[in-house]
Amino acid sequence: MQRPLPRRPGEGLTRGFPAVLSLVSAFAIWELYVRVSGISPLVLPAPSRVLDQMVLNRAILWHNTVPTVKATLAGFSLSLTVAFVFSVVLDFTPRVRRALLPIFVVSQTLPLVAIAPLVVLWFGFDLTPKILLVTLVTFFPMLVALLDGYAATDPEIEDLLRAMGASRRTVFRRARLPSAMPYFFAGLRISITYAVVAAIFAEYVGARAGLGIVILNAKNSFRPDLVLAAVVISSALTLVLFAITALLQRIFLRWRDLGDGR
Amino acid sequence: MSILEMKNVGVTLGNTAVLDDISMRVAEGEFISILGPSGAGKSTIFRLLTGALQHDRGAITCNGRPLAQNQQGFAFMPQRDALMPWRRILDNLTLGLEVQGMTRKDARDRVMLFLHDFGLIGFEQHYPAQLSGGMRQRAALLRTVVQARPVQLLDEPFGALDALTRTRMQKWFEERWRDARWTTVLVTHDVREAVALSDRIYVLSCRPACVIAEVAVPTARPRMDRAITAEAHALEAHLLDILLNQTGDQI
Repeated sequence: MQRPLPRRPGEGLTRGFPAVLSLVSAFAIWELYVRVSGISPLVLPAPSRVLDQMVLNRAILWHNTVPTVKATLAGFSLSLTVAFVFSVVLDFTPRVRRALLPIFVVSQTLPLVAIAPLVVLWFGFDLTPKILLVTLVTFFPMLVALLDGYAATDPEIEDLLRAMGASRRTVFRRARLPSAMPYFFAGLRISITYAVVAAIFAEYVGARAGLGIVILNAKNSFRPDLVLAAVVISSALTLVLFAITALLQRIFLRWRDLGDGR
Repeated sequence: MSILEMKNVGVTLGNTAVLDDISMRVAEGEFISILGPSGAGKSTIFRLLTGALQHDRGAITCNGRPLAQNQQGFAFMPQRDALMPWRRILDNLTLGLEVQGMTRKDARDRVMLFLHDFGLIGFEQHYPAQLSGGMRQRAALLRTVVQARPVQLLDEPFGALDALTRTRMQKWFEERWRDARWTTVLVTHDVREAVALSDRIYVLSCRPACVIAEVAVPTARPRMDRAITAEAHALEAHLLDILLNQTGDQI
């Protein structure tokens, strides 16, 4: 009866091969173009040059990656906490939901370009404005994911729990919350990618250190190779965080990976 | 004495009269079926009993006392199994007991006693998606009866199964019932199932529903492992005639 999980050792490698191949070819074409055309590295540096710069400036890059990681993780943790608390409040009190949801929607219409300098102006060059901006960007998708997840609860399961004598709280804990988990993880994977971008943008607007600052300084001194070096690190950072959420999803949503036995 | 009694119960939802005049009683250890055309409001009766809905007219008493909110007289099995896909079978089975406030360990100990009779040994740690339809239905039934409520409410428990599995399940269920004698109310539109399992059958009319017939089934048990008797056959024909010609159902 039990269906084994569809995994064989080495299968991941085989499946990942086309992605690696296309990525490597893209960089190869890029490298080739730069060498053949003789284009100035001030306009388009070759991937090899970007790599060289990363090794050369590793101390500076590392020094500036740490604050970005801090801002991302702190902001995202705050965002998750606030989104969860509000999702529970909104789920239990439809009246509050009607009052607050429009405000949250409006918060998503604010252009980050305009808001970020203001937040930096109000809260200074420390970690606080970065945390707030990351939260502003990622809070709403997480809240919507949770609310949609609660709403997707099988009504028959809720009826069953109520027939068992369960309170509204018990129904939430036993049915609505677990039902929302697939939605939560979908939202998590999207938001975590926004989080890094938001942190870097917040730094770009004003900070003492961070990948955003590296990008800003490199741009101002006409060093596209250093800009791209910072971009590589930010992409790698996003990918690592994305992989962690995917791993968490695998662990917590194990039941969804099982085949339908019927 | 009746464990459950409904007197002239009526329900109107919005502008639709769903139940018009329902009177029925269920004695301890009795197996009652509610038979009716689809959409007659059979499930509405269960929604009244489980507190999901309030009746407008009439009276419902459980053990002689009016049915109050949050009174736990009934264990309910919904139409689809409503097993939680994220809980292992064992944790699904203990759900009702845990909601009652029993510790997980005590609930598991209690459930374990039933696993063999319900053919679920070795599947405790499986997730519902890994089980066949018949097994899921047995799990849902076990989740219901393990709560040890005075009355079991079964809403078309075998309706979603294929014909062969359904017959097997009915036979298996008759054996279980003969052992345990749970007081049971079964909602069904399957005449054969009602005649095979019940002591008495109430037939409902179309919406707004009232009871148009009450039929006792005198056939000796067990009924499922023998060829169908002439008596049962005549009863089935009689019930089918009522359903086809007297429910007011127009096609």
